[in-house]
Amino acid sequence: MQKLTKEGVYPKIIEALLKDSDITIEDALENEMILNMGPQHPATHGVLRVLLRLDGETVVAAVPELGYLHRGYEKLAENMTFYEFIPHTDRLDYLAPMANNVAWVLAVEKLMGIEAPPRAQYIRMMITELARIASHLLATGALAMDVGALTVFLWTLREREKILDIWDILCGARFTNSYTRIGGVANDIQPAALAKVKWFIEQFDENLEECERLLNTNRIFIDRLEGVGVISAEDAIDIGLTGPSLRGSGVEFDLRRITPYLFYNDIDFKVVTYPEGDSLARYFVRIDEARESIKIIKQVLDKMPQGDILLNSPKKVLPKKTEIFTRMEELIQDFMLVNFGINPPKGDIYHAVENPKGELGFYLVSNGKVEGSQWEGLKGELGFYSVNHGEGHPWKCKIRSPSFVNLQSLPQLVKGHMISDVVAIIGSLDPVMGEADK
Amino acid sequence: MNFKELILQKLNGEFPGINFDADEYRGDLRIKFDKKYIVQVCKFLKGTPELNFNMCEDVTAIDWAKKKDRFTMVYQIFSLPNKLRLCLKADVDESDCAIDSVTSVWKSANWAERETYDMYGIKFNNHPDLRRMYMPEEFEYYPLRKDFPLMGIPGSLTLPKK
Repeated sequence: MQKLTKEGVYPKIIEALLKDSDITIEDALENEMILNMGPQHPATHGVLRVLLRLDGETVVAAVPELGYLHRGYEKLAENMTFYEFIPHTDRLDYLAPMANNVAWVLAVEKLMGIEAPPRAQYIRMMITELARIASHLLATGALAMDVGALTVFLWTLREREKILDIWDILCGARFTNSYTRIGGVANDIQPAALAKVKWFIEQFDENLEECERLLNTNRIFIDRLEGVGVISAEDAIDIGLTGPSLRGSGVEFDLRRITPYLFYNDIDFKVVTYPEGDSLARYFVRIDEARESIKIIKQVLDKMPQGDILLNSPKKVLPKKTEIFTRMEELIQDFMLVNFGINPPKGDIYHAVENPKGELGFYLVSNGKVEGSQWEGLKGELGFYSVNHGEGHPWKCKIRSPSFVNLQSLPQLVKGHMISDVVAIIGSLDPVMGEADK
Repeated sequence: MNFKELILQKLNGEFPGINFDADEYRGDLRIKFDKKYIVQVCKFLKGTPELNFNMCEDVTAIDWAKKKDRFTMVYQIFSLPNKLRLCLKADVDESDCAIDSVTSVWKSANWAERETYDMYGIKFNNHPDLRRMYMPEEFEYYPLRKDFPLMGIPGSLTLPKK
């Protein structure tokens, strides 16, 4: 092997580098450059990979690459019962698992044609709004951290921690909750959890204001976000933005108002919109929405009726645990539901709810119950067996996740901005790769 | 006349040659028609001022695991001014596994169609960037088809050599 001398190292490396490329040393700064951002990058909020074409420090074009967290949840859903999928919804938008749980059971209930008792629905509203606050707090903190304000992250996480404590009392898990059930919720709210919720909403406004003051008076924070990643209302609708990102462009689109579900019709709250359409507007929407959520929770606590928390409908809804241990019929019913699942009637529905990140929709297809004689006709036409022919399972489950669709606007938003603005724009869109990659 | 009837009346008036098969399930209106007309109908639904379906929320497909009309394309579109969701459906046969892309009507259909292509192998004519969304580009199979086993196909992803 030829030994490299001290003088020879530098030119030889250059020579090897230039061998198969068209880069010339003279105009190295004139060339466009391709930069690979992610998938392991702290500011991309997960495993998002973005390929950037740069002219100097300006982004000419961007291509997001997804799929690093693809776990095939839609395929898994086709192979498990409707009950079994509830824990998997926790792993979609893992910053607001409760909201996903509610979205899933609402979709299944629509497919089954049943409705949960009022108290259960009020509990669901309360936990959805708490989840929204938790998610917006983390989004705000992470956005501030992305643009360099490190303190706020700790403050907002401190507040979020209180909500996780409520989850801990309510359902025994801080993070992956799986609290809802088809036809109701797993258990009634304990007095301790209720007291904690009341305490939380009492002190939250003051603490949020504290965080807000820290950001709104911060010159650097405002300058980093104002006028960055602007999208007009028409473009935002066309590219499919939903949630705070769309309302930051001045469009009053909130599924809680537009297609009311649960009891949002009876609740008085404002749909927050800001007309500017830049990253700062999206941040303002989140902060104001957290305040509106507090308003909603206050009303929910006032209006919450007494009564059952689980629908009494054998063959569709799991019986109460105490009755399973003492009565034969309930034991059989529980056994059948857990082992073979529920059979919604043949049909397909789409149900969407307003999640913290935007519109989370489930498109579910049920093949209904397969009778003995029908089995023959189903099998073998294509020469393969499909799992259970959809009996007790969804035949198809499509997850319309807000982060996936919101990320689609990224190339449009970052065009013409600096590299450092890409970080701010991703932070203001607040994607969660768990649901973007499914 | 309610809005759902208005949609059907407008559609039948504009396209007398197309057979619109409408049904309502759990309060949602769904319209099924031939896949040839998908772009025309979508353009009409978006462009007509009274209807104004300006949002395309979701595009997906269903695999029925049967020989004739194996797939059904499903589009969820939303009219913001009228606050109504409409579901469009079109059958796609496996022998001619392609449908026209609606990206020219709604930009948001771009990634949703890429995902459908990735998962079901349905090609979208005139799509600006028809690549796989999640799976690697050299992957040969379509995971959400019913004949793709849950455990995957051994050897379909390149593994490190021994």
